[in-house]
Amino acid sequence: MSAVAPATPPAFPTFPPEHYLNAEQGIKSWLLTTDHKRIGLLYLISVTLFFFLGGLFAVLIRLELLTPQGDLVQAETYNKLFSMHGIVMVWFFLVPVIPTVLGNFLIPMMVGARDVAFPRLNLASWYIFNFAGLLMLWTVLTGGVDTGWTFYTPFSSIYSNTHVVTAALAVFIAGFSSILTGLNFIVTVHFMRAPGLTWFRLPLFIWSNYANSLIMVLATPVLAITLLLVALERLLHIGVFDPQYGGDPVLFQHLFWFYSHPAVYIMVLPAMGVVSELIATYARKPVFGYTFVAFASVAIAVLGFLVWGHHMFVTTQSLYSAMIFSFLSYAVAVPSAIKVFNWTATLYKGSVVYTSPMLYAFGFIGLFTIGGLTGLFVAALGVDVHVTDTYFVIAHFHYIMVGGTVMAYLGGIHYWWPKISGRMYPEGWAKLAALIIFIGFNLTFFPQFILGYLGMPRRYYTYPDEFQVLNVLSTAGASILGVGYILPMFYLAWSMRYGPVADANPWPSTGLEWRTTSPPPPHNFETTPVVTWDAYDFSSLEPPLGANQLDTNDHRGGSLENEKR
Amino acid sequence: MSSHFQLFPERASTVAGHVDALFAFLTGVSVFFTLLIFGLIIFFAVKYRRRSPDEVGTPTTSVALETAWTVIPFGIMLVMFVWGASLYFTLYRVPAGAMEIQVVGKQWMWKFQHLGGQREINELHVPTGRAVKLVMASQDVIHSFYVPAFRVKADVIPGTYRTIWFEATRPGTYHLFCAEYCGLQHAGMIGRVVVMEPQQYQAWLDGSSAAGGAETSPVAAGHKLFLDLGCHTCHRLDQQGIGPMLTNLFGKEIQLQNGQTVMADEDYIRESIVDPLAKVAAGFQPLMPSFQDRVDEEQLMQLITYIKSLGTQQAQAVTALPPQGGAKASGLAEAWQGATTTMPAPPQRRETQP
Amino acid sequence: MAAVPRTLAEQFEDAEQQREAGSFGMWVFLITEIMFFGGLFLSYTIYRITYAGAFADASLHLDVTLGTVNTVVLICSSFTMTLAVHSAQTGRQRLLLLFLLTTMLIGLVFLGIKFVEWSHEIEENLVPGHGFIYPGSYTQPAKLFFSLYFLMTGVHALHLFIGMGVLAVLLVQSWLGRFSPQYHTPIEIAGLYWHFVDIVWLFLYPLLYLIDVYH
Repeated sequence: MSAVAPATPPAFPTFPPEHYLNAEQGIKSWLLTTDHKRIGLLYLISVTLFFFLGGLFAVLIRLELLTPQGDLVQAETYNKLFSMHGIVMVWFFLVPVIPTVLGNFLIPMMVGARDVAFPRLNLASWYIFNFAGLLMLWTVLTGGVDTGWTFYTPFSSIYSNTHVVTAALAVFIAGFSSILTGLNFIVTVHFMRAPGLTWFRLPLFIWSNYANSLIMVLATPVLAITLLLVALERLLHIGVFDPQYGGDPVLFQHLFWFYSHPAVYIMVLPAMGVVSELIATYARKPVFGYTFVAFASVAIAVLGFLVWGHHMFVTTQSLYSAMIFSFLSYAVAVPSAIKVFNWTATLYKGSVVYTSPMLYAFGFIGLFTIGGLTGLFVAALGVDVHVTDTYFVIAHFHYIMVGGTVMAYLGGIHYWWPKISGRMYPEGWAKLAALIIFIGFNLTFFPQFILGYLGMPRRYYTYPDEFQVLNVLSTAGASILGVGYILPMFYLAWSMRYGPVADANPWPSTGLEWRTTSPPPPHNFETTPVVTWDAYDFSSLEPPLGANQLDTNDHRGGSLENEKR
Repeated sequence: MSSHFQLFPERASTVAGHVDALFAFLTGVSVFFTLLIFGLIIFFAVKYRRRSPDEVGTPTTSVALETAWTVIPFGIMLVMFVWGASLYFTLYRVPAGAMEIQVVGKQWMWKFQHLGGQREINELHVPTGRAVKLVMASQDVIHSFYVPAFRVKADVIPGTYRTIWFEATRPGTYHLFCAEYCGLQHAGMIGRVVVMEPQQYQAWLDGSSAAGGAETSPVAAGHKLFLDLGCHTCHRLDQQGIGPMLTNLFGKEIQLQNGQTVMADEDYIRESIVDPLAKVAAGFQPLMPSFQDRVDEEQLMQLITYIKSLGTQQAQAVTALPPQGGAKASGLAEAWQGATTTMPAPPQRRETQP
Repeated sequence: MAAVPRTLAEQFEDAEQQREAGSFGMWVFLITEIMFFGGLFLSYTIYRITYAGAFADASLHLDVTLGTVNTVVLICSSFTMTLAVHSAQTGRQRLLLLFLLTTMLIGLVFLGIKFVEWSHEIEENLVPGHGFIYPGSYTQPAKLFFSLYFLMTGVHALHLFIGMGVLAVLLVQSWLGRFSPQYHTPIEIAGLYWHFVDIVWLFLYPLLYLIDVYH
């Protein structure tokens, strides 16, 4: 039955006695849950474990690279380390993290629904993901895979002596989890929005995740068939990528990058959605150019499908194809640039606070800007010939995925922590961690731009002596970065039990998820909300914010400020 | 090459400066926008910091600004695109008259064959002031030929030929790297490019070749293979036989059985040897067997070099020489298994495991 | 027997929303399937253009008669599936059961004929990775043809098999009286899936069997 919200919404008690965490107890109620919020937490546990596994591989890589000689690990081990670092981080952390943790938790609430469209499919998604993860773990423990996360043929399909088929199978299965999550989100956003919640009243987090879901459902199946072909080539020598049978190794690259380029937008679009929410909340105003930002998300998704060839500028692709891909790569940079300018402009005439989530948002904008600008370098054909397959590209994509996505994710976790747990984290520690991460990150990856232009290739466990100083700086940064990532594990866990109890809407923020208790009840809302306000309209809150504030040009300084009291 | 710390790579080719110029432009634009965004964030965050708990921001919007920051960046990007694309064409369009050197990349070494007969492994000598083109093949997986000081790189893909070119400008020794992950010793598939002034280069050529360079030249080796493998029984050199005559064939348009025409380039000749039935010439029967398992990439290049030379002076000189067994080879060539009467084993593929 | 089971899932506001969501969800899923098969079709197209002669020659080893029969068979099964959906819409439970069962049986016939074809091809040593010997003058590209043939028809057959499993479940549920004119969404979306599997075959058949049929 659907109830319509009364004219004056009830006040939300702080930390209600019954909420989604304690409504049902026992391990079975978690493992068989269909509550999207619990599923979000189940994913949180899974992806965090994979993050630290991938991080462990990264630590070993950076330790090896402290010295020019290969002395910490053997060549074979190093090749497996960077391969598994990439596979685990891409498919078992970056692709799922924000959609499955924050998206699952928030999207139904943000649209005013009780759950996603297909809750049992949602749970199945988590099981599929973990099954894939176990298979990947098995691959790691029984000798690993050494093809790089890119599985290029014919090395992966014929020459490698490692567990390529099980690794490919693990990724194949994880892809199904991705597809089902995306499918669920698309249907939920289309059909389950609360009364009054039109498309252009939706929070930008929804727009970003919707666009992302489109990519997930359209691109991932192509990866599935591509990896299947590699596995069959290894097992049965079918010859699809084998020159000896007339196959074309570059066909693999086309098929692989047709998914994997959109995949990088899977990894960053949800993060952009988080940043929009953070900026709007902590500057207390709507994001500048809402419509432009919303459409930019969709534009990124669409254009992202048209640029895969820019990973292949030094292969046997024709010069004319390369030109088209280069042009389109610049085109796809435009909507991202628009977003960066819009976020920055949101701060103008905002009411800005420097909470730790806001610091993460600032960090995202700055580092994503650098990462995105260096994308222009690799999109330039003449420069890409020199820097592709070098540390320049490594630095470029880590700026976006780590400086971007991971920072946005951490910002989002902190921002929504009171909603998820009903408690506040210690702000001092959070700020410290954010600062350590920012410094550690830049020290790790900025030297890699220089290394790349100098010519240090990727996937090298040994290198010429003159590259050592920069490598040492990078490893030093990585150790600092590691500390920054471990800190939140401790203080967030601590806060679940000992943190101060949080209000239902502590910041406050305008999203529907904040208009219910913290933590929320199992079905999110006691009564279905009716939306009559635009996104980020602070005057729609109870009590409304800014209602007494004169909405003139500049309320800063002068007598107006005094009149507010 | 210097083994001291540096922040910027050396320039040793005609194109390096051009690449660096575009790089400088990209860097300038990036620094500008980075400082702009960082600066604006800090400025706004400070200027508009919250002064009271209930304060809200003022909604703002501007279509003019949106248009400006869409159009202007796109305009700057168009400059980057055009500049980069034109540089790309320069990088990959091989100038006529370039001096050819053949390259075979295999796990995990680079083998170089100068047309005069000199062979090098992991070290390549080239002169300054002369366009050099590398015709490259891979024996096994995808490799990538990369010389940072020249700012050139190209993936070398098995089953097809890749040609790149450069003109070295500064004598010295420069890094050569394999830039596409190719397995266990990918990081060891490195070498040196030794650039010399023309006189020193000529001296090196003279010093390193065997007595009677023509004997170990690719043309001579190719000729020997042509005879040893029995190619001449169908592709007769004196008159039309069962197979098409190959004299003056290279570079011509060939009519195929299915009506299509194809250019007789290196890829076509290579394919005709490893997969003869893929493109059968018009008027001939599909009878030729495949030699895929009997020749490796180096031998294929030697055969192609020989076939290219048919009808020219070079081939006549070679065919006139009586074949000599046990030719005296230079120290460098000894490291190279090639021109012997017994065919070397075809490339071994690894036993794979799932 | 008029059972009134609770068929409205609790996350939905009303039956209309549930139906629309289910139907739309199936369409989205089918689009992912198009992308999945698309990769195979793309690979096939590229190699067919490159090795037109070899592919034409290799396709002559397929059994066009059986392939054509199978095409007709599958179209019939789509017809019976449509009749099943219509029966559900009009509340005729017996006919619904009949047509679901018929569709499954026709699907079984398709798989049976496919099995016969594959057996012939195994006997003739045309299975890559399984003692592949190709008679005639074309060498390696014919192996590509057969690799793609077995992969494409195999993946298609797998999808058909899964479809039959779904129909089996729906058969049991229909028998238990779960569906009515007001609620029969699972039948409709199963119908969508079944038609999709049929349409994929309608592309596979000419591409694989009819390359050089007038040889």
